[in-house]
Amino acid sequence: MKDDAIPALGRGVKFRFDEIRQNWVLLAPERLFVPDAPAVEILKLVDGSRCLGAIIDDLAARFQAPRDLIARDVTAMLADLAEKGAIRL
Amino acid sequence: MSMPAPPMGLLAELTHRCPLQCPYCSNPLELERAAGELDTATWLRVLDEAADLGVLQVHFSGGEPTARRDLPELVRRAAQRQLYSNLITSGVLLDERILAGLVEAGLDHVQLSFQDVETANAERIGGMAGAQAKKLAAAALIQRSGLPLTLNFVIHRQNVENLPAMIALGAELGAQRIEVAHVQYYGWGLVNRDALLPSRAQLDASTAEVEAARLRFKGRMVIDYVVPDYYAERPKACMGGWGRRFINITPAGKALPCHAAETLPGLVFPSVRDESLAAIWQRAPIFERYRGTDWMVEPCRSCERREIDWGGCRCQALALTGDAANADPACALSPHHGAMLTAIAEAAADTSSGFVYRRIGAAAKAEA
Repeated sequence: MKDDAIPALGRGVKFRFDEIRQNWVLLAPERLFVPDAPAVEILKLVDGSRCLGAIIDDLAARFQAPRDLIARDVTAMLADLAEKGAIRL
Repeated sequence: MSMPAPPMGLLAELTHRCPLQCPYCSNPLELERAAGELDTATWLRVLDEAADLGVLQVHFSGGEPTARRDLPELVRRAAQRQLYSNLITSGVLLDERILAGLVEAGLDHVQLSFQDVETANAERIGGMAGAQAKKLAAAALIQRSGLPLTLNFVIHRQNVENLPAMIALGAELGAQRIEVAHVQYYGWGLVNRDALLPSRAQLDASTAEVEAARLRFKGRMVIDYVVPDYYAERPKACMGGWGRRFINITPAGKALPCHAAETLPGLVFPSVRDESLAAIWQRAPIFERYRGTDWMVEPCRSCERREIDWGGCRCQALALTGDAANADPACALSPHHGAMLTAIAEAAADTSSGFVYRRIGAAAKAEA
């Protein structure tokens, strides 16, 4: 996964806040994911225009964590969701 | 008892009307006629109540849901309430105008069923001449509309050999997802079990084919796979557990924990005509009956998997053991597991390919 790749939600996938349960959900065709807190922070930055590098920079700055550590987590999370069809890379 | 967690999904069976007559249909043997269906206003209320209760996804199903003229109105309400809407259709009634109306209303996803890839066999199984061309045209329309598409193939011993071609068709039609589901042997499927149940070798070959295709299409097309219970060692968590994730509304408005629950005797099925969805979900005896683990008998009661598979399917336990509270006989720990093995032997001995088709009155005639 290269830094200039632009991740986007998969076709028909929606990311929204569930007011009843007070958590974020990723709604996909006949599937539903409840991302954990770090994944929510990543998904909030997946807007189909921001590139992977910019997402990693943003998170590294905000959470004051080493960039390569953040890069590894972000890449693994997005690859996992891409395999499930929830993210397009 | 504490308040149950809200349901994730609403299965809205809008109608039992359908031009197809698949012999494994998940509708009950007693089909509802058009005159008994809920009206638009009641369905709109149910959708509002579902959103308020915490439902996230609505599956518009049937019968053939596009047989309801008010479908776009229902989809629009789902979209307004941020309910993720899924249309489960045979595609044979879809045309450009209907699809455009659904897209405009905010539909999120379409699941389109095929009975086979070979036209003659597909139309024999579905009991409708001319269906295949209509389905292929529907797939092209859906693809052009930009909606995400899932192809659904229900497989059994009379079409399982075509599985590789089914998966290839999904790729060719631009599907994001394929659902390969072995027939589930409840209701109509149980009536036709001897003509449908695959052999162990056929099951294993289909499983291997799906696994290979998943690797081939990794990252491009998701393939979901559902196996039949008959060769299983452990049961499936039917509906994700009774009264845990799903609520099913029949065309007449009965609220059920699963679409086959009406086969269970001695239970009263609440109606959305009389009560709110929340009241039904939280308090109706039918939802409480097999919710959680308190109702379980051995071997479920002390089993370490009791909160993984929730004892399997209540309707299958009833159909094959005579008591819905028993462990699903799909489980090798069930004292009734032999019923599965007997059924396999009976199906293997039956070489007929004839079906009892899903028609009003057909099941009663078959039993007579």
